[in-house]
Amino acid sequence: MIITPIKDGIVLDHIKAGNAMEIYNILNLGELECSVAIIKNADSVKMGKKDVLKIDKMIDIDLNILAFIDAGITVNIIKDGKLLKRRHLELPEIVKNVLKCKNPRCITSTEQELQHIFKLTDKENRIYRCIYCETKAKINKKR
Amino acid sequence: MKNLISITDLDVKEIEELIILADKIMKNPVAYSQKCQGKKLATLFFEPSTRTRLSFEAAMYELGGNVIGFSESNSSSAAKGESVADTVKVISYYADIIAMRHPKEGAPLVGAMSASVPIINAGDGGHNHPTQTLTDLFTIYREKGGFDNLTIGLCGDLKFGRTVHSLILALARYKNVKFILISPWELTIPDYIKHEVLKKYNIEYVETSDLVSVMNALDILYMTRVQRERFFNEADYIRLKDSYVLTPNKLENAKKDLSILHPLPRVNEISVEIDRDSRACYFKQAQNGKYIRMALILKLLEVE
Repeated sequence: MIITPIKDGIVLDHIKAGNAMEIYNILNLGELECSVAIIKNADSVKMGKKDVLKIDKMIDIDLNILAFIDAGITVNIIKDGKLLKRRHLELPEIVKNVLKCKNPRCITSTEQELQHIFKLTDKENRIYRCIYCETKAKINKKR
Repeated sequence: MKNLISITDLDVKEIEELIILADKIMKNPVAYSQKCQGKKLATLFFEPSTRTRLSFEAAMYELGGNVIGFSESNSSSAAKGESVADTVKVISYYADIIAMRHPKEGAPLVGAMSASVPIINAGDGGHNHPTQTLTDLFTIYREKGGFDNLTIGLCGDLKFGRTVHSLILALARYKNVKFILISPWELTIPDYIKHEVLKKYNIEYVETSDLVSVMNALDILYMTRVQRERFFNEADYIRLKDSYVLTPNKLENAKKDLSILHPLPRVNEISVEIDRDSRACYFKQAQNGKYIRMALILKLLEVE
């Protein structure tokens, strides 16, 4: 399978195998008019299998959301066909409106206008809790 | 300190300042009887409560202030569908400080985000009840003179008991504190308290289902109610319910200076015979609650 290199854009590398579509959807990449390649189950020396997303355009990506979904992702910025910058992600302290609190006793369950905000409470174990009721976030079943 | 939503909003120094102030008020209430003259406390109780609301109201009146508010959501605009944020924003124009109880977890935090006056969480569902924790801490301080080197037995419903969870969070910050967690296995302390507090900060703790066998080790015994509805079957409830009822014979091996606490209301988990025992502190605890709330109101209004 041949996917041509991109000239100006972003490559999201080292995505955990199976997570590419989730990231594609959360970053709303389906709304872009440029080429977006989703590579699933690519061979990886480091990970065994990995997913890769190639976006053929320089766009603003919410790195906090990306880190929250998968902090192992590497973000490569490509300019004139060359690697301009490589970023490793850090877990964000706060995540807004990515997850919904599932606790039926939480105030967010009855007040629809409230933002769903989660705070990192345990970095080592990647635990996020709802700022209102402190219920632990269920991040991703695959993880 | 602008609001009090969770006991963890307060650091050790702030808790100490509140306790010292409450102690001063208790010793000389007249000196504080006009401190809040011209100030209004709004008690927004979206669900019924007797002692917490009356304790707040008594606290404000004894500081010379006034009280407005409602005691159930049916008599508030919440019944018309108004959001917590809007209700609190409006009440901020009428009162200088707000004490709020709500059945939904996190509602007081939502209130604090839109209020222009200090908000006190007076209980949000099964989540937080920081003024109860302050009451418990003040009582322990008055009985023991401090918090270091204490062995604290927490007995009863440790799974759903919010007062127990908050008390552990608060006491975990002091030196050489040891917890003995006494409950039926159905009602043991949640894993997150074990992993994110006790184990994380290397706090010594023991779990047991036998109250009598650990009685002689305790400096504090904090009783809570084991409720029938928490059990999966009636037989288990009947088998266990009396194990967690404190009676004089269970105190035979207890220390002479043990302090027995209970957040109240009590149903039958402490025998009334214990009320005459000098180690029973739960009614004093209820009285202490008023003084620590007076101290909190003064601190939040910055009118010491």
